[in-house]
Amino acid sequence: MARAVTTRQKTINSLAAWAVGLLIFFPILWIFVMSFKAEGDAIKTPLEVLAAPWTLENYGVVQERSNYSRHFANSVILAFGSTLLGLLVAVPAAWAMAFVPSKRTKDILLWMLSTKMLPAVGVLYPIYLLFIRLGLLDSRAGLVVVLMLINLPIIVWMLYTYFREIPGEILEAARMDGATLHEEILYVLTPMAIPGMASTLLLNVILAWNEAFWTLNLTAAKAAPLTAFIASYSSPEGLFYAKLSAASTMAIAPILIMGWFSQKQLVRGLTFGAVK
Amino acid sequence: MFLKNALRAATALSLVTVGSAYAETITIATVNNGDMIRMQGYTDDFTAKTGHDVEWVTLEENVLRQRVTTDISTKGGQFDIMTIGMYETPIWGANGWLVPLNDLSAEYDVDDILPAMRGGLSHDGTLYAAPFYGESSMIMYRTDLMEKAGLEMPAAPTWEFIREAAAAMDDPESDINGVCLRGKAGWGEGGAFITVTANSFGARWFDENWQAQFDQPEWKEALTFFVNLMNDYGPQGYATNGFNENLSLFQQGKCGMWIDATVAASFVTNPDDSTVADKVGFALAPDTGLGKRSNWLWAWALAIPAGTQKEAAAKQFIEWATSKEYIELVAANEGWANVPPGARTSLYENPDYLAVPFAQMTLDSINAADPTNPTVKPVPYVGIQFVAIPEFAGIATEVSQEFSAVYAGQQTVDEALAKAQALTTDAMEAAGY
Repeated sequence: MARAVTTRQKTINSLAAWAVGLLIFFPILWIFVMSFKAEGDAIKTPLEVLAAPWTLENYGVVQERSNYSRHFANSVILAFGSTLLGLLVAVPAAWAMAFVPSKRTKDILLWMLSTKMLPAVGVLYPIYLLFIRLGLLDSRAGLVVVLMLINLPIIVWMLYTYFREIPGEILEAARMDGATLHEEILYVLTPMAIPGMASTLLLNVILAWNEAFWTLNLTAAKAAPLTAFIASYSSPEGLFYAKLSAASTMAIAPILIMGWFSQKQLVRGLTFGAVK
Repeated sequence: MFLKNALRAATALSLVTVGSAYAETITIATVNNGDMIRMQGYTDDFTAKTGHDVEWVTLEENVLRQRVTTDISTKGGQFDIMTIGMYETPIWGANGWLVPLNDLSAEYDVDDILPAMRGGLSHDGTLYAAPFYGESSMIMYRTDLMEKAGLEMPAAPTWEFIREAAAAMDDPESDINGVCLRGKAGWGEGGAFITVTANSFGARWFDENWQAQFDQPEWKEALTFFVNLMNDYGPQGYATNGFNENLSLFQQGKCGMWIDATVAASFVTNPDDSTVADKVGFALAPDTGLGKRSNWLWAWALAIPAGTQKEAAAKQFIEWATSKEYIELVAANEGWANVPPGARTSLYENPDYLAVPFAQMTLDSINAADPTNPTVKPVPYVGIQFVAIPEFAGIATEVSQEFSAVYAGQQTVDEALAKAQALTTDAMEAAGY
């Protein structure tokens, strides 16, 4: 039976939710505001910043100084490439763990997750040396593989959780009807798991888009994505906050818009299985 | 006739081939400082003169350090030129990681490089990086507030005078702090400032036998003086203030004095960004009368990693970017106040440049810094605000974190110094000193 909620309580809850939401969103909003202010105005007190005249100058300077389209294209290729490759590897792995579990399945899943706890810098040198040997430094192909491997545990875990919600009897029925393993995964399991796979794809695209350690350390000029674009506007000696804000806005806008339009899918994916 | 034409065609073809083989694309890793960004804007001039193209990889300072260190130590070959500082140059030069710059052309006039810069960018007398711009540190102060306080800033003040002036100019009701100094953790931020302050109080990082010296009275005196000065007359939350935070405060008229990098002078006197542009005076960094002033020496310099396939083109770029002609090019387009400072002697003999208000004080500050003899007592190391050994960056970052915890009121001076002594001793023993 549903609990009765008074209008007053609803209003309080809504106000609290809005307050928390605004608090979380405020830094992004402030970056957006600063990006339209002159450098001299951007360092002033918040009220003075708001009162200062608005300008598009910073966007002009950033466009002139940096090759935004190349960084953007690299980000798209790296984020979607690594996620799609990850899905290709993770779907069969998650299928096996969800529908044909062994005694060690739980251990393997935990071991996979434990690799996420390793500090990335600890393996920087070995991976850098491998990249030199394979000629993959500053290449999109090399980074797609690295980003895929970094996010693979999360992809497998998410898919495993979704697959576990699908009754095994349906797959059994498909097998009794003569479906091969390939047909079972492609025509029976995948259509049922599409909402979960879409959520996995979205979340991992966002994770890969924002990944800064490997994308900064394994690239130079050719494969550098938007993380390198932002890093190029951070200065130890000089106040370039307005230009840095403009660069940040240009870097996060695409993924923010994508996240906005797919938030329903994203929230559903993240809370899947949480309530039974 | 046919033979003649064939020969002509072959000659033309070979010339084209040689020409296109000669035109290279060099990749340069650099930081996002104003002078570096300006240099990127003049890349077309270099390309027009040499035919070489340039790919810029601009990174945040700490990211750049990590990035180029990884690349050069693994011989990754990602960069043909790296922007590095005085800390890395002698260490990497000694490791054989950099191409010696001992065959630069006569027109380049290598003897024109300021002796302090040349010394700091060399190892065993060999130059390994050419300074693009150099800096020391000095006092920038508000002339109007100093006058109002009835004081006159000496050209070479003591720390006691700084305390006196800070007390006189401090005005919390008007939101003016007597003095703004770096307290932010990091060996190149607050760590650099407290090290040069300690130098002027007679302290040193290590004795002649590489024994840590934080248990000596000079360190306690220096750190206590700094903490009291900043607690009494510094801005709130100074424990997290670095160069940019103090620049912002000074430009908004919220500091009576600011002691920091000489390159800041062009920012605080720029009327477009600074509200106090016409009220700034300059003086040498303070001392305590022991013979060492609290100013550092630093250069952002261009170096070629050993093993690059484009060494000749890289050298051409370095000769162009750090030449007298480049300085004249910037001066002609953007004025003398915007040329890269602190690298060449001839710049400070130019009357046009000496008319810039901070030019002479910058030169005097650079000349007052001696990286081979940085402290009152003898030391086994080179470097003023750093110790030119590979272990220093890690140790000094941890030490500066302990000191920042004092500035934030989280521990006492004695506790921080005891921890600094212990962690430095452990790290040096582990490194085999």
